[in-house]
Amino acid sequence: MTLFGTGVLKGLIVTLKNFATSYFRKPDNGGIFTVQYPEERAKEIESFRNFPFLVYDGTPEKIRCVACGICERECPPKCIHIVMETEAGTGKPAKRPAVFEIDYGLCMNCGMCEDVCPFDSIYMDHAFEVTASDRTQELVRPKETLLKSNDYFLKIRPGTATPVDQKRRAAEEKKKTAQAAATPPKTNP
Amino acid sequence: MINTKSLEGSQMLEINFGPQHPSTHGVFRMNVFLEGEKICALKPVMGYLHRNHELIAENLPYAAVMAYTDRLDYFNSMANNFGYALAVEKLADIEAPERAAYLRVIMAELARIVNHLMLIGFLLNDLGAFFTPVLYAFREREKILDIFEEVSGSRMMCNYFRFGGVKRDVSAETLAAIKKIVAGFPAFLEEFEALLTENEILCMRCQNVGVLPADLAVNAGITGPVLRASGVNYDLRKVDAYGLYDRFDFKVPLGKKGDVYDRYYVRVLEMRESLKILEQALAKIPQGDILNKKALPFLKAPRNFKPAVGEAYGRIESPKGELGYYLVSDGTPQPWRYHVRAPSLINLTVLEDMCVGQKVADAIIILGSIDIVLGETDR
Repeated sequence: MTLFGTGVLKGLIVTLKNFATSYFRKPDNGGIFTVQYPEERAKEIESFRNFPFLVYDGTPEKIRCVACGICERECPPKCIHIVMETEAGTGKPAKRPAVFEIDYGLCMNCGMCEDVCPFDSIYMDHAFEVTASDRTQELVRPKETLLKSNDYFLKIRPGTATPVDQKRRAAEEKKKTAQAAATPPKTNP
Repeated sequence: MINTKSLEGSQMLEINFGPQHPSTHGVFRMNVFLEGEKICALKPVMGYLHRNHELIAENLPYAAVMAYTDRLDYFNSMANNFGYALAVEKLADIEAPERAAYLRVIMAELARIVNHLMLIGFLLNDLGAFFTPVLYAFREREKILDIFEEVSGSRMMCNYFRFGGVKRDVSAETLAAIKKIVAGFPAFLEEFEALLTENEILCMRCQNVGVLPADLAVNAGITGPVLRASGVNYDLRKVDAYGLYDRFDFKVPLGKKGDVYDRYYVRVLEMRESLKILEQALAKIPQGDILNKKALPFLKAPRNFKPAVGEAYGRIESPKGELGYYLVSDGTPQPWRYHVRAPSLINLTVLEDMCVGQKVADAIIILGSIDIVLGETDR
């Protein structure tokens, strides 16, 4: 039979200990771990996914997306809208998106588009400061604001971007050697 | 709505708790009928967070539903993913490779610890111990959520499981980080218990309050820690031994009386058992594939995944109880019927039985001790 109130006292000792030690313990060991957000920032974790963006190589004209529409079809909340561009003279499909919009207000950050894209074009971004005052104008992101360079992609997600780059470079070289092998008979008859 | 005959001559007071009351854990409403401070009837009202989860799933390919299951019980999306993955794997006859199966167990047990920490913290909030226990719990939860973010990309909406495996392999550094958390957790738990378990105020408020008799719990289909607190030894990890749970050595903690205190204490003990499982899993996790070869083509083309005509029921011991997914396939890329057996909803059915005869302040902690999440209750 213990004295009534010892449990409460024991608890108070715990809170007192925590209060005192929180000032000199390390953040991962019971110390103060809060980050004063706008001034300080927490460490970015590489696999963090937020909203999708489109990758281009070099200049924004060299967009990887071919407007195949797979991400549009597979997106669970259906937040992607794509219209394929047509060639000016012939009217044939140009394998480039004329319109590529993502409704950030609808997107649920699942990463499905990244999983299904066969052209390594759409990836999940780290940018989380995407607030807007207008739901219909600013949150529906057009192609221009979705496009980000491959260098940016390499910077935020090197673990994903480097193998993709290697794969693309290998494919390009293979194509070049195949072309080089195919062209000489034509030029030298 | 209420039998007025028995209430003749007495002053009845009807109080609406919720749907915006801070202690109802979300948008849940209780119609409480009081005589003085004593509860004589209680009607739960649900549906404020209904999002048509089941119908959405019936119009999507199987793989896309995984992201929606995160939103059911948003405190432990890993457990929800696990149940759904098991159901689809049963339907399509795919098995997860060894390493993936270990990763699943590790993630599910980490999710259980997160969930129980949150529950105990908020139960103490309901009792009036404002935010000290919650923030101690959050301090530990934060470390586990960092692990979740590292492996899946998101702290809470993990979307980590795939049919026949998991989305991403876990690096040796992450496994070492999990080991460090597991090694440091018992010390925190000791401290947490020193703060709470023997606290006289907590004992007086919780003991012999909201007693749920074992026979009523079994008849009402209650599962999870609420059932085990009433002394019924029923844990799907032992009964079904899904995943790899038959390989681990752990006990099923049981309560004696089935009051709020037992429900609190069973969860503390369950966290200790989870740590045991985690220790064993981390020691034994092998190298190897994280995705079954059979499931690989469906990652890029989810609409090619067409399970044969049939039905399957996959269930797991989620931190809240038996979480089951019932799927009927008609051979198309979408499930023909998809149903979720949400433990929160079914555990709520005995709320009135536990509350009648108690004081109105106890209704709050009884609700808190059931551990409901409205995302799952209303779907």
